[in-house]
Amino acid sequence: MARKQSAETIVAEKKEAPRFFDEMRRTDGGIRTAYRDFWKLIEAMPREHLLLKQAEADALFRRVGITFLVYGEGGSTERLIPFDIVPRILDATEWQLIEHGCVQRVRALNAFLHDIYHEQEILKAGMVPKEMVYRNPAYRPEMQGVDLARRVYSHVSGIDIVRIGPADFYVLEDNLRTPSGVSYVLENREVMMRLFPEAFAQQRVAPVGNYPERLLHNLRAVSPSDVSEPTVVLLTPGRYNSAYFEHLFLAEQMGIELVEGRDLFVRDGRVWMRTTEGPVRVDVIYRRIDDDFMDPLAFRADSMLGVPGILSVVRQGRVTLANGFGAGVADDKAMYSFVPEIIRFYLGEKPVLNNVETWRLGEPDARKYVLEHLHELVVKEVHGSGGYGMLVGPAATKAEREAYKRRVLSDPGNFIAQPTLALSTCPTFSKSGIAPRHVDLRPYVLSGETTSVIPGGLTRVALREGSLVVNSSQGGGVKDTWVLEH
Amino acid sequence: MLSRTAQNLFWLSRYIERAENTARLLDVTYRMSLLPSAASEQDQQWRPLLMIGHGAEEFAARYGLVSGEAVIEYMGFDAANPSSIFASVAAARENARAERSAISTEMWEALNATWLELQSKKYRDFAKDGVRGFFDWVKERSHLFRGVTFGTMYRDDAFHFIRLGTFLERGDNTARILDIKYHQLLLTQRINGEPVDYFQWGALLRSVSAFRAYRQAYHDTIDPRRIAELLILDADMPRSLLYCFEEVLGTLATLCGARPRECQRLAGEIHASLKFGRIDQIVAGGLHDFLNGFLVRSNALAAQIQSDFMMQLA
Repeated sequence: MARKQSAETIVAEKKEAPRFFDEMRRTDGGIRTAYRDFWKLIEAMPREHLLLKQAEADALFRRVGITFLVYGEGGSTERLIPFDIVPRILDATEWQLIEHGCVQRVRALNAFLHDIYHEQEILKAGMVPKEMVYRNPAYRPEMQGVDLARRVYSHVSGIDIVRIGPADFYVLEDNLRTPSGVSYVLENREVMMRLFPEAFAQQRVAPVGNYPERLLHNLRAVSPSDVSEPTVVLLTPGRYNSAYFEHLFLAEQMGIELVEGRDLFVRDGRVWMRTTEGPVRVDVIYRRIDDDFMDPLAFRADSMLGVPGILSVVRQGRVTLANGFGAGVADDKAMYSFVPEIIRFYLGEKPVLNNVETWRLGEPDARKYVLEHLHELVVKEVHGSGGYGMLVGPAATKAEREAYKRRVLSDPGNFIAQPTLALSTCPTFSKSGIAPRHVDLRPYVLSGETTSVIPGGLTRVALREGSLVVNSSQGGGVKDTWVLEH
Repeated sequence: MLSRTAQNLFWLSRYIERAENTARLLDVTYRMSLLPSAASEQDQQWRPLLMIGHGAEEFAARYGLVSGEAVIEYMGFDAANPSSIFASVAAARENARAERSAISTEMWEALNATWLELQSKKYRDFAKDGVRGFFDWVKERSHLFRGVTFGTMYRDDAFHFIRLGTFLERGDNTARILDIKYHQLLLTQRINGEPVDYFQWGALLRSVSAFRAYRQAYHDTIDPRRIAELLILDADMPRSLLYCFEEVLGTLATLCGARPRECQRLAGEIHASLKFGRIDQIVAGGLHDFLNGFLVRSNALAAQIQSDFMMQLA
């Protein structure tokens, strides 16, 4: 009986046409090496057993997640993000490629940011048009000529990657401002180790639990030069922020204070926090508040979240913000198309990860082409995120495409277009058994003393059959990501 | 430790203690109102309770006449009354939520469960089967929270601020309960010329969990003066003013370390008056004045703690 149902799950999976690269199954139906052990384990498991595992995972998350739901009280729509019990598994060779590519990218982007806020060689060389920088709302002229510790602007970066072939990885987006989600990486692993201890005993899965330790090490490494024992804090917008749980989690794991803007103040050219022992100097601030809200004296005057005067302290190099002010100039969707050039310009290397072909609709030729091919393209806002405000051409109705066209024409410079990508699929537990669903991957890159990546990252999965949108706000879930060691 | 954290934790435990003591005060008043020899009017019994939260006017506007039912609903279940049990638990939980990294997981879970359960409790559900069950529940949840705190929390400054809040609030509350009930009972006695009412005074003792302690300490019949002595000056009675201030003084010494602060001096003054005070003198000088003076000084101490440890937050 159990056997029969387990066979059905396999049938459910074989039905899918092999149009997409599958993380587990080769085109000939065989199982890729990385998945061999895990597949053997769950293939032998009766369906009831899998259901039980999934229920157990949900219960574990709900226990932690109660906090998510409770924070949602009072209007916010915070929910639990669905977790899938089938991991995304990468072998050592695949991971090396991703890791190398991410490190390369972030090193180049940090070099680019330093250049933009100093000599601007890349603009002088005509590689990037000046207006792309100066007219970019994320550009901070206040940071011009300011030297940052170790020349790092993006200390924590999230690189969104999709796969379309065995060694074909494409970067969709760089996140250099305040990327979130890393707490899921750590919690997903905790849950998986509880659910499938035997899988971890069988093979060597690279651990991720030391992320907070590595983050703290990097943050300490970028403290102002005249400080020997730096005080590091995590600055949160407060408990009504949707990522508050992550802020709490990371502060706790690093053993640093979780502060709000009102806990900090500027005096005598330094930042201080209010403690029971009087003012304590703060040297490094891992902030999870956007630039705009950080300093009401310099940026948005109506912000109650920030620290008045902090920009002046940053400019004197007496406090380090992670990530630095103005890093966003390098990560919007228009600047994205220049990243391969940026890598060549600063590192003299060939980009390891591919860039998706991108049309900037501010340019007339590109606009003409895109508007004629809307039905086969994805169109996004330059500063949009979270999957909102985008058009997936092939999935949209004619009326939707027409309406979107009018939006584009009202402000073309605010849009880019990309071809729809054949995102790889990964076996995923669904109502009809284990079936392929589309996934992406966000590795987290830490910059400080060195630039490094935690092995794995956040795999997001589009739970709806056929859907290509993995954002949690649009019905996406998450998976644990395993990197197998040699 | 962050000033904001200290402040939140200090108030977290104050709110919990306040919820418990409000339940105790309502409980004793309720018990006394059921006793046959209760000569006084409902109004006389319940009105003094409204003086505590300065809620008399607001109460009158919303509930009208003073009755046991109305006061219990107002002080137990009314979300709009900031000093009700409901509002105290809500505020405690809100503070805990802000400081989840400073307290243990078990503490948060205990408090959160209390809050979730409290939301489903309505006065009308108790009106039928007796409201005592509600008071017992509040006390139990407070005991649970204190026990979990004691059993799971790391003994850092966060723990000490929680203890500080607990005992400052408890001292304050014991003084209020004693002040209200002592005079009410004495007054009835004088007017009617009756002997000491064993049941009424017994209810007062029970409301602060002191009935057995009284027996053990005095091995004698109930005497109002001794009750006052037990609740004010007995160092072994865990809800007495002296006991609370032993804790407050010790906790402040730990928190201040080598840096003496003004709040320590103020606490020392109050402590000395309790440690070396004598009940005969206190009663001769007027118990009400003594308790009132205590409340004023205890409030001044709380303000001083605030300014010594919790820098003005923008």
